[in-house]
Parts: sequence; structure tokens; C-alpha cells
Amino acid sequence: MAFENLTEKFQRIFKKLTGQGTLSERNMQEMLDEIKVALLEADVNYKVVKDFLNDVKQKAIGQEVLTKVNPSQMITKIVYDEIVELLGSNKTEINYNKNKPTIIMLVGLQGSGKTTTAAKLAYLMKNKLNKKVMFAACDIYRPAAVEQLKVLAKQINVPVIHEEGLSAVDIAKKAKEVVYNEHYDVLIIDTAGRLQIDEALMDELNQIKKEVNPDETLLLVDAMAGQNASEVASTFNEKVVLTGVIMSKLDGDTKGGAALSVAKLTGLYIKFVGTGEKISDLDIFYPDRMASRILGMGDVVSFVEKVKDTIDEREAKKQAMRALKGQFTLDDMLKQLKQIQKLGSLGGVLSMLPGMPKINDEQKQRVENEMKNFEIIMDSMTLEERAYPEILKNSRKVRIAKGCGKTAADINRMLKYYDQAKMMMKQFKNKGGFGGFGGFGGKFPPNFGGR
Amino acid sequence: MGLIKFLKEKFSKKKEEKELDKKENNISEVNEQNDSKLEDNSIKKEEDIKELNDNKDSNSDLEKYDKGLEKSRKSFANKLKSLSKKYKKVNQEYFDNLEEVLIEADVGVKLTLDVIQELLEKSRKEKLEDPEEINELLIDILFLKYVKENEDKNLELKFDSKNPTICLIVGVNGVGKTTSIAKLAYRYIKQNKKVLIVAADTFRAAAVDQLEIWAKRINCDIVTGLNNQDPASVLYKGLEKAKNENYDLVIIDTAGRLQNKVNLMNELSKMSKVINKLSPDSIKETLLIIDATTGQNGVLQAKSFYEATGLTGIIITKMDGTSKGGIILSIRDELGIPVRFIGLGEKVDDLELFDLEKYLYSLCINKE
Repeated sequence: MAFENLTEKFQRIFKKLTGQGTLSERNMQEMLDEIKVALLEADVNYKVVKDFLNDVKQKAIGQEVLTKVNPSQMITKIVYDEIVELLGSNKTEINYNKNKPTIIMLVGLQGSGKTTTAAKLAYLMKNKLNKKVMFAACDIYRPAAVEQLKVLAKQINVPVIHEEGLSAVDIAKKAKEVVYNEHYDVLIIDTAGRLQIDEALMDELNQIKKEVNPDETLLLVDAMAGQNASEVASTFNEKVVLTGVIMSKLDGDTKGGAALSVAKLTGLYIKFVGTGEKISDLDIFYPDRMASRILGMGDVVSFVEKVKDTIDEREAKKQAMRALKGQFTLDDMLKQLKQIQKLGSLGGVLSMLPGMPKINDEQKQRVENEMKNFEIIMDSMTLEERAYPEILKNSRKVRIAKGCGKTAADINRMLKYYDQAKMMMKQFKNKGGFGGFGGFGGKFPPNFGGR
Repeated sequence: MGLIKFLKEKFSKKKEEKELDKKENNISEVNEQNDSKLEDNSIKKEEDIKELNDNKDSNSDLEKYDKGLEKSRKSFANKLKSLSKKYKKVNQEYFDNLEEVLIEADVGVKLTLDVIQELLEKSRKEKLEDPEEINELLIDILFLKYVKENEDKNLELKFDSKNPTICLIVGVNGVGKTTSIAKLAYRYIKQNKKVLIVAADTFRAAAVDQLEIWAKRINCDIVTGLNNQDPASVLYKGLEKAKNENYDLVIIDTAGRLQNKVNLMNELSKMSKVINKLSPDSIKETLLIIDATTGQNGVLQAKSFYEATGLTGIIITKMDGTSKGGIILSIRDELGIPVRFIGLGEKVDDLELFDLEKYLYSLCINKE
């Protein structure tokens, strides 16, 4: 199901409009229709889409006379800004009480990721914020749910309050006592998954709320949720009154339009997102990233930030200087590769680039494996060889191949890549581009990763 | 015109099924196929089917569907109905509204537009203007789009007398794999099959404990491994046991995984290969679990899992909520994968064979 992404669609529409230059209601309508389809395919609720686009239209018409930019840019910008605004600011972290424990309750449908997220939250608070955290295991219904929380809790060394035979309400009550008496900073209450229409279980939540008076009641929303997510969130909000949302499983390839539906219909902000299976895979929520993701425009902002975070700037500068002088050695290439690997999974970085729609997951994996291979090969090379790869003749290649357990063909492939990367560096020199990323940034040598 | 009426009468307490609408060629042909599915020659084991037939009390099945789909139906059917009341004659706006109803059921943009287009053309050709008739036609189209000729109508797992049937359960995280496995095992234990569960989700914390508790409750044998053990090795153990001790059915739990995780999908392909290698003569079933609340990502899920392991069907879970599970129609449309079972509640016997007629009936038709 290779959907054309929005950027591509716009380009197509805009081609038809070249020469017209300004925005008319009619050509705007065509683009709005495309945005509508994009939003629906991203699982934004139908009614939300309708209202949303009406708002956008009003705003766009107002701006029509003022600006004379390319209409597709203009509309995209308006839509993007509007989504970002709806999704809220990113200063939505949890407010911790100063003099008493902060109590957080997690609620949601079955399988939305409450228990896993409870552990991730605790890990974040404990390791990054130095909080003393405790769990209350209140899912007394699903088989082994308590056990699941206990296993996770043990991994991060957080105690769990649970007692066989007690009701969920009593467990929560007891946990509250303990965190107060023993001066914990945070209590995280894991509750059973439930349908929002299950009166008895919704009632249980309210009883827990009444007893422990949580500071935060957070709803888990699955990033893959469809049209119904809005109704689920509204009903939960109506019945138990929420303070925020956590979106889980955002590391999949879903667009996550449910985020927009939930935000628009409940006015609640998304505080965290689950981004992987590891216990550290919980991120704060960035509305701008989500907006580009929903629109299928590539997560440019995230990419830039991630790059900024990770690259050692001095190293990058040094490399850039060398590259500008045309001195690009295998060593430089290896350093570059290592930096790129530091960015985390290369697949993740690549998928954030809007210009790379043609690389599928398998290819991404292959590129990553290839990088690892290069590293292994280079580890078996002498410093001289790395600095002057030209001296690599057959006998040396055989020795290296033996040393690293690869074949001469592998070594040749690496050298070919090196040549191409070097070429690209030279091109950068002429154009004066971004230094540290000669062979990267959407410009892999053509045969790289392909076999 | 017919399917709606057909369905209504078929499932109304009176039951005058067979005499209905023989003239309507297309639709009644399909219905006949369905009616005669139990006598189908191509099905090998007659005893199984008889047993099935005996177990099958059509009305109580329907009640389960009715009850399970009550919440989903409310909005969908009510919307259709109130639409048909609001408009005396259909116009473009009416079709736009139908489009909304389908998209809100997670049917997906592409299939929805196809269906509405077909509806427009047919209704023009047959000069239909009454909204009620248009609604009926809509359901007919949905029905005919799903039904495929020359497809085995028996959705039960397949068995042969020599080798155990191997059923691999796959899906993304949190869709209800473990619970569905318990329900599936229970279903076949009730049919006097010797069932073995293999707990090969060695990744998620306490997944094995969860399955062990279920196995105990339904009195089913289970093979387990250690945490973080290679799932293929647990699988190996399970398949050996099944062969040596003459089990009829082996159901294998796997860890939930998002379909874009290449390594995890490769792990699954490997498991599938292990099965082929160890049990080359067994009938293999690979069922994908799809959560009814899933949006358009469901199609990508089905596609990726299909590529990794092949799929012989889908179990749609959590249909007792307010979600309509329209994604199964999209998956069927794009990839042709049939739904085999439907999860209609939290109890262990709340798993039914998927019945398109009942699904559409429960979803679309409001009881007077």
C-alpha cells in the first residue's frame, strides 16, 4: 500500500498550477481534498478532519491577499501550524509535588500498553530525575498482569505494592499509605485494561480516584488506533476526567492520526510517547514532529535535533576542514560512520528524512549491516592502510580478509564506497555544503547497500 | 432487492431461509454456497463437520454476535437508519454521508471510495432513489466484495489424521494473542482434539505465566521455555512433544512485534521455517491477530506478516467494544486474507467462527 505522500501529491497538483502563481478557492479546494485524504489515511477521525479543514480554509482565505508564496507551501504551512497548535505545546511534563508524593494513575483499553509504560515512566523518573518511585499493581483481572509488572519492576529496582485478595481500590489505598509514610516521590498506579463502556470497571476507576486523589490520570492511546480512538478518549475523559495522554507504540510505521483526534476532541495534551520495546524508550512529545508525521512530510525537525545532539561538533568541524582540503581518508570515513551509528538506529534516522521515500526497511537494515562490516574490516587494517587506501594491493587485501573473517570482495566493496564518498566530499568542497556528512544526508552513493 | 431482507429473514426467529429470493442470481448464488458449505465435497473429514454441525446452534451463535457487536452496531446501524429517514430522495450529500459512515468504521479511504462509486453507478442504473434501498444495496456491495468464489467456506482449522496441525499465532503488541490462543485451544478441546500450547513469547515479561494460567484454567497441555530463550528452541521442544505424543493441534504463541522491526520479523520467518522443517507433512495454519480498534495500519500489518510467514487467516479481537473493525474489509480487499475467527468478549468461549452474514447483519441492521 504505497501511498503517495502529501509532498508528492502537492508537487503533482502544483505542476498543474504553474503559471497561476496565486491561490484561488478552486485550486485550494483540490489541495484541501488531498489533505483530507492524507489525514483520513493517517486515521484522524472523520469529523475532526471536517472541522479542522473548515478552520484551515477560513484562515487560508484570509491570508490569500497578503502572501504571494507558492500555494502548496502556504497551505501546508497553515495546516502544519494548525496541527501543531492543536497538539499543544511541548511543555507538558508532569508537575511534581514538592512536599508530598505525586500520584499518577494509568488507564486505557486492553493492550494499549499500560504496564509497559508504567515501567518506562518509573525508569525515566528514577534515572533521569532521581525520584523515589513505587508501583501499585491494580490490574487484578488479567492473568499474570501483576507478575508482568513485578518482573519489569525488578529490572529497574522499583518496589511493587500488591496483595492477593485485595480489591483494586484497596491496593491503591494501601500503596498511598506506604508512599506517604515512607516518603516516596512518586506512586504509579497500573490499572486493568477496560472498555470505556464497561460501567462496572469505569466505576472502579472512579473509586480509586476518590480514594487516592491522583495528581495525574493519564490515558494510554495506541498509536495504531483507528477512527474510534476519539470516542474512547472522550468517554474516558467524561467518565473519569483525565489530565493527559500517553501515546504508545509510536515506533511502528503508523502515522498516528489518533493523536490529532484525541487532542481536538478532548483538549488534552500528549505528555509522553512510547518509542520502542526497551525500558528507556519513552520520549516527551513533540507536536511539530507529530504534525509532520501525520502529514507524511518527514520528520525533518527531529532529524536536525537528533543530529545536533549527537555529533561532536569539534570532530565534525575537523573533518569538514580536512574534507575541504580534499584529505578524506578511510579513517575519516570510519569516524563518520561511527558518528552516524551514535545517532541510534540508522533506519530511524533515514526514515525521518523526507527525501528518502524509496528506501524500504530491508534496505535500511542492509545499509546498517554494511556499515558494521566496514568497521570490522577497518579494524583489521594498519593505520597506514587506513590513511592511504591506495596502497591496498592483493596481498594486503588477503591478509586483511583473513584477519577479519571477510572476503576480498567485501573489502573491494568498501573501497568502492570510500571512493564514492570521497567524490562526494569533493563536490561538497565546491559547493560548500554541510561538512560532517559527505556520504550521508540522503546522498548515499548509488550502489550502497544494494547487492 | 435483497441481501438485507434475506439476512433479516434468515436470522429472524421464523427461519424461512431457503425459499428466499431464488431469482436474484448473484446474491442467491452466494447464499446457496454458504448454505451448502457443510455438504461441500472438498472437505475431507466428515465426522468433524458433523460434530461441528451438532455444536452449532445457529440462534445462540447469533445471540453471541448480537450481544458482542451491540456497541459497534449502535452507531453504525443507527447512522445508516437515521440517514435513510432524513432523506426522502438520495442526492450527492446522501452519498457523502454514507462515505463518512464507512470511513468511521475504519473501512479505509480507498475501499470506501470504491464502494461508494459502485453504489452510485448501480443505483443510477437501477434507478434507485429510496434511501432504504440504497442502504440495502450498500450492504450487498460490501458482501459481494468480500465473498470470493472457489474459496473453502469452512473456516475451522484444518486437520488430518496422521500429523498434528500446527497453528502459529502472530501479531503486533497488545492485540490479544495470548487470550485468543486460550480461546482457540478451548474451542478445539471442546471438539475432542488433543491440544498443545507452545509458549514461545519469551520476550514480554510474564507472557509465559499468563499463558500458563490460561492453560490450567482450560486444562490444556503447555510447553514453556525460559525468559529470553530463543523462541525457536521452545518451538522445537513443542513440535517434538506434539509428534511423539500424538497431539492433534499445536498452537504457538509468539511475542508481539511491530511489523517494521526487520530483525523481529526475521525471527518470525525463522520460526516458520523451523516448523516447515520439523513438521513437513503437517497442515500449517498461520493466523494474524488484528485488534478491532486498529486503524489503517492494519493493512500494513497484514502485508508485512504475510510476507514474513504467510497467513492463512485473521482473528479479529475486541469486537465487543465500540469499534467496528472495518479494517478487515480493507485487508480482504487489498490482500485477500480471510477472517477465520472473531473475538466477541472476554470469556473463554467468546470466540466464534467469522460469519460475514452475521457480521454485516449485526453491524448494519437495526432490530425493530
